[in-house]
Amino acid sequence: MAKSTVTPRSDLTLFLGFTLVVLAMPIWLQPFGAAYPDLMQKFAIFGLFAIGFNILFGQTGYLSFGHAAFIGVGSYATVWVFKLMTMNVIPAIIFGTLVAGIFSLVIGFICLRRTGIYFSILTLALAQMSYNLAYSVLTPITQGETGLQLSTKDMRLLDGAVADGAGIPPTNFFGIEMGAWDGLFGFYFCAFFLIVGFYISIRITRSSFGSMLRGIKTNQTRMMYTGLNTRPYKLAAFVISGMYAGLAGCLMAAVDPLAGAERMQWTASGEVVLMTILGGIGTLVGPVIGAAVIKYAENIFSAIDKSVLVDLFSFLPDTLGTFIASVVSLFVGKGWHLTLGLLFMLVVIFLPGGIMEGVDRIKRRFFVKSRADSAE
Amino acid sequence: MDAILLQILNGLDKGGAYALIALGLTLIFGTLGVVNFAHGALFMLGAFCAVTVNKAITLSAKVRDESVTFFEAYKDVPYLEMWLGETGSLIINWSIPISLLVAIPVMLGIGLAMERGLIRHFYKRPHADQILVTFGLAIVLQEIIKAFYGANPIPQTAPDFFSGTVNLGALIGMDLTYPTWRLVYFIFSMGIIAAVFSFLQFTTFGMVVRAGMADRETVQLLGINITKRFSTVFGIAAVVSGLAGLMYTPILPPDYHMGMDFLVLSFVVVVVGGMGSLPGAVAAGFLLGILQSLASMTEVKEIFPGIDQIIIYLIAMIVLLVRPRGLMGRKGVMED
Amino acid sequence: MSNILEISGVNLSFGGLKALDDVNLTVKAGTVHAIIGPNGAGKSTLLNNIIGKLSPDTGSIMFNGQSMLGVQPHQINQLGISRVFQTPEIYTDLTLLENMMIPLLAHRDGAFKLNLWSRGDQQADILEKAHHFLDDVNLWEKRDAIAGSLSRGDKRRLELAMCLSQEPKLLLLDEPTAGMARADTNNTIDLLKTIAGRGLTMAIIEHDMHVVFSLAERISVLAQGHVIVEGLPEEIKGDPRVKEAYLGGAEV
Repeated sequence: MAKSTVTPRSDLTLFLGFTLVVLAMPIWLQPFGAAYPDLMQKFAIFGLFAIGFNILFGQTGYLSFGHAAFIGVGSYATVWVFKLMTMNVIPAIIFGTLVAGIFSLVIGFICLRRTGIYFSILTLALAQMSYNLAYSVLTPITQGETGLQLSTKDMRLLDGAVADGAGIPPTNFFGIEMGAWDGLFGFYFCAFFLIVGFYISIRITRSSFGSMLRGIKTNQTRMMYTGLNTRPYKLAAFVISGMYAGLAGCLMAAVDPLAGAERMQWTASGEVVLMTILGGIGTLVGPVIGAAVIKYAENIFSAIDKSVLVDLFSFLPDTLGTFIASVVSLFVGKGWHLTLGLLFMLVVIFLPGGIMEGVDRIKRRFFVKSRADSAE
Repeated sequence: MDAILLQILNGLDKGGAYALIALGLTLIFGTLGVVNFAHGALFMLGAFCAVTVNKAITLSAKVRDESVTFFEAYKDVPYLEMWLGETGSLIINWSIPISLLVAIPVMLGIGLAMERGLIRHFYKRPHADQILVTFGLAIVLQEIIKAFYGANPIPQTAPDFFSGTVNLGALIGMDLTYPTWRLVYFIFSMGIIAAVFSFLQFTTFGMVVRAGMADRETVQLLGINITKRFSTVFGIAAVVSGLAGLMYTPILPPDYHMGMDFLVLSFVVVVVGGMGSLPGAVAAGFLLGILQSLASMTEVKEIFPGIDQIIIYLIAMIVLLVRPRGLMGRKGVMED
Repeated sequence: MSNILEISGVNLSFGGLKALDDVNLTVKAGTVHAIIGPNGAGKSTLLNNIIGKLSPDTGSIMFNGQSMLGVQPHQINQLGISRVFQTPEIYTDLTLLENMMIPLLAHRDGAFKLNLWSRGDQQADILEKAHHFLDDVNLWEKRDAIAGSLSRGDKRRLELAMCLSQEPKLLLLDEPTAGMARADTNNTIDLLKTIAGRGLTMAIIEHDMHVVFSLAERISVLAQGHVIVEGLPEEIKGDPRVKEAYLGGAEV
């Protein structure tokens, strides 16, 4: 992890490179057909979510299956600020992240009383409970199945009432609408948080606190008999990752002002786990790459339906083409989740270190090869 | 009083389902040391065994409906009825008990395949990897079912013989009308639990498994190859869970995500009962089933709105805060 | 010399089994005190009681005049007791340097400090001490290796360095040379002698009598959870009760 090659300078290079790549997304994503704001926002938001998740899972070794709950809490809190106070996104985001932080403090306090499998099960159970509550008793706050939406009748104390006949005002950043610059403003707004979040995660990883987290992951017994109280460290890591998730939820609501309980479901929690392991557990950029790959694949795969496939295989004899098309159609469109599950298994089985490990392996192979070549 | 008794009875069938899943989870966990996130999917697969058998024996042909005389109408008549007449109808009516016979070998096969094909390669891997790979498997299994059977619940009916209600209170002079099938389910689950326990108690195989649960290293030192028995244990757990799901279909129409819903609750049951404790899993299963049922009484909900949605989780939290090892947990089991 | 550790009347049973039976033991400040005895005599159990992993049913454990009963393990360490385990407890996934940084930070910053910002590898005082203590055990050259890749002897030395870096008042060693080759054992003895020469108090559990008699200034013999003899090495050597205990036990 902390190799001798890691210096403040190498971290700065990493950070600047990351920033450049993120800011230039609208350009280099063109050839992939992914350079539209909606999708790039998803890259940024889920990247942020995965970075935060990695601080808990990758660094501290605690596998949470309930992090989607914090996304939900962040989203609900944000929409409520839109409804009651102002459509400016900044107060909403601050409030939403704080609420998610407090919520994760409570959940973390309970779940961290246990380790390992117990912990995973507890987070899963508490998230499922939050989801159930959002659908039932908390309907006055969450609007249950319809989801929490804005309306012209909202108070918006700071913005003032809407003129008769006017629509719902758009979410904005001190007057600049999220949809401005053909939607690119929304992306850059999210990208800003992704970059800041990435920087913070570098600092945390390299800090003494980061060392403690890795110590907890590797050997808690030693930590305890080294005079360290592991519980507050774990709780801090949990709350930090919960706030990252909350912030991601806030940003979702900022670019698309509604919140629904389905964001809190266990499948959503599972998705972030997959993003992190696909990219590379415990690495800095891995989770962001994992998030982008999955959201990109989801976008491509879920858009394909059977008629597209039939066209695609039309060069084959009729029956064969239809047969292949119907087999493939199990994995795309509505069947995208099947692909996701298979991907999940394949990564865990064959590439536990994720894409970053894959890159490493390839690098090493080439490196070793070229050395062998020069030795001849 | 009657109402409370009735709610307790109502909790028994759900409790039975929780207990059976939790029993399988604990068996797998205790012997193999693997937390199987795909265990709920086994419950769901069992339920869909019933759906499949029902579909198979009701394969129908379009036949002119003679009762409609104004125009040409057609109705579906199952082949079985055409060939066997009354007997055919009877077979169709008893499709759920019949599907039990199909489900046992099928679930055993699925269980063995899962253990040999996947789980076995994960014994030496970190727990997180085990959780993740079984989680992925759970998604795959439920998506496959969804692809074949669609997303909507498919209602199943119990045999006419077990339809309707029985009055359990007749003997003690109370009015306790209770759906017959739920009673059947409760008796069935007790039967399975008794079978599993006596298997563990009275057979040599069971003894080795119990010893393995207590201390795997020692058993291995004694020269007993416990790994060989693992796949059998996994198969048994798969059958138990599958049958639990199959018999539950008349109570809850099965759909593809029922497994995950039950799994989350069964995990809580295991945690409350105490990880690694079989009696704990059973006791906690029934306890939580009954409590959940009591919490959904209108009288209770008026005082604590929404309590029925969260009661199980609340109990789990309290138990964990007060007795971190669960009701019957042993020290040192899965604590690191 | 004052007593740094006073164990008196400690009893502990597991179920019906009596693991510790009225144990009385005093360690004087600045000495090396060996605890010997046959397997299953309760030596490791006794250490576990001192570091707070177990707590006695009855009796008292006083460290520098303060009771250790009911004190959390991490607090006990912060008070100045470090332990080297029988199987080295190190951070196998981390580099040797990071392995050293954690105890050093714990020693400097206490049981918990939320230091999210300053880089761990840029703190001069910590690095300097890490260098010093790794040098002591001849591992500085390997500082960037992953601890899990070390040989068994090196792992033990690393753990020792980690414990020493905390500058404990009392160092507990649980069979520090078990499984080591003769040359390695002698190196370790020399190292421990050097450390003892600096005035560090040590309590050491050991089977290897060569190690015991090279280091110990006082010896307690534990058999069946009870201290049967305590005295100077020469006294212990000739004591018939010790022979009896070993011959009656599982091993000689």
